[in-house]
Amino acid sequence: MSVRERTRQRLGAALWRRPWLRGALILSPPLMWFLVVYLASLVALLITAFFSVNELTGNIVYQWTWANFSQIFTQSVYGVIILRTVIMAVLVTITDALIALPFAFFIAKIASRRSRQAFLALVFLPLWASYLARVYAWINILSNHGVLPNLESHLGLPITNLAYTNVAMWIVFSYLWLPFMIVPIYGAFERVPDSLLEASADLGAGTWFTFRQVLMPMILPGIVAGSIFTFSLTLGDFITPLLIGGSSSNFIGNAIYDSAINGGDLPFAAALAFVSIAIMAIYLFLARLAGAFDAI
Amino acid sequence: MKLARFTRAGLAVFAALVVLFLLGPLLVIVLFAFDKSNVQSLPIRHWTTHWFAVAFNDPAVRSALWLSVKAGLAATLIALVLGTLVAFGIHRFRFFGRDTISLMLVLPIALPGIVTGLALQSAFNLTHIDLSIYTIIVGHATFCMVVVFNNVVARLRRTSTSLIEASADLGARPLQTFRLVTLPMLSTAIIAGALLAFALSFDEVIVTTFTAGAQNTLPLWIFGAILRGQELPEVNAVVVFVLVLTVVPIAYAARISSGERTFGSGESK
Repeated sequence: MSVRERTRQRLGAALWRRPWLRGALILSPPLMWFLVVYLASLVALLITAFFSVNELTGNIVYQWTWANFSQIFTQSVYGVIILRTVIMAVLVTITDALIALPFAFFIAKIASRRSRQAFLALVFLPLWASYLARVYAWINILSNHGVLPNLESHLGLPITNLAYTNVAMWIVFSYLWLPFMIVPIYGAFERVPDSLLEASADLGAGTWFTFRQVLMPMILPGIVAGSIFTFSLTLGDFITPLLIGGSSSNFIGNAIYDSAINGGDLPFAAALAFVSIAIMAIYLFLARLAGAFDAI
Repeated sequence: MKLARFTRAGLAVFAALVVLFLLGPLLVIVLFAFDKSNVQSLPIRHWTTHWFAVAFNDPAVRSALWLSVKAGLAATLIALVLGTLVAFGIHRFRFFGRDTISLMLVLPIALPGIVTGLALQSAFNLTHIDLSIYTIIVGHATFCMVVVFNNVVARLRRTSTSLIEASADLGARPLQTFRLVTLPMLSTAIIAGALLAFALSFDEVIVTTFTAGAQNTLPLWIFGAILRGQELPEVNAVVVFVLVLTVVPIAYAARISSGERTFGSGESK
């Protein structure tokens, strides 16, 4: 046996005897990346939020100041933007949950095995298909000469001028994030054994009672998981407000985009980004208080 | 649960409407891409592939496409290695803070994309790193890693460790076991993860906005062109091209990992 061979064997044996060493070797590259790139960036974001921009030169002044946060909390325009964003996120979340619940119930519990596969494929397609393509499609549908006004005039219906309104935003957001709500709710329905529903019926519970007392508690974690996506995605989007929304469609996302990209005010954008992180944190906390994570 | 036939039929109709709602808009833009007119409207009178040719011969589109492909491939490669490693580590070893780490890994997906983008821009700004293709790749690799992780960890949970132990008992070295036993068991999950990661990167626009600087990836070119409201028929052709390029790898990934629910583990733009 050559020296090299023996060294390799010893090395293998040493690694086998020390699982922590193997673990450390395997985990350190990805965790280092995560630490150095992602977590450090979040810290950089927090630090940047306390800097300011020199109004004359446009350069960042690396001096500690609360100015960005006090501006956000004292100027009513930002209060309005934050409120509008949260209301939109809530509306979109509720809309998607109301559509996803019966739909997911149907594919999980009523549809035949084969059509279930087909339905799932049809949900996954828009989940992964180009986000820009899906937004662009709605511009073509809602615009003044778009598919919807066209269809309405053909049918002799009153023409709805939805283009560049908050209603349009609500429709498009609900459309964009719907698959993110369907998938976890479907997963939750799938985990409910049919026998449980049969037992409930055998014990004399009506459909509505079974739904409320047996199904809902098991589905709730799925709804919460989906709502985290719909909420977070609505908070973080600036493309849809810019392309679909109108002059009254300022949301946190495009306020951040405006300050960072057009206004050159990275510190103020960072402070706004922390507001959306705070909203997410509050949302998760409330969901936890409501016991949404107990079943997970 | 007993449901009246009426309720069942109602749910079936509702489900069909939801599918129409989900797919109808995509159908509209695919059709519009072949409309000869400058202003697209239904019904389409003259069909053409002219706009695809226009888009393909546009130097701005070409360079944006090339940048997207390069960044996507590099980010996928990094995500592939890091995502597989972390899936292994989390699955095979029990250690303090393991649950925290696996929760933290999902952060780039659970937090709004704009936060990730702006955080990266702040970090590059503080460390005086100029925005380039490398900063795009770093950003994409970070969220693509999560996709690969989700796919591989889902497969690992389904495979037993007895094969690996048997391989070691029969005298295989750890690397041999990895190459000849573990990797073949995971290969389709890894490939599916890589395809999804590439599709995600190729279409990503929110994080990229903050990490690209003056460069244009294909999604950034599309976004800019829609914002300006110019060259819309050409934009439509490019959008359909991106749509196809994201759907094909996804369909393939779904096929090779069929039977597994690797998709439900979440993804965000």
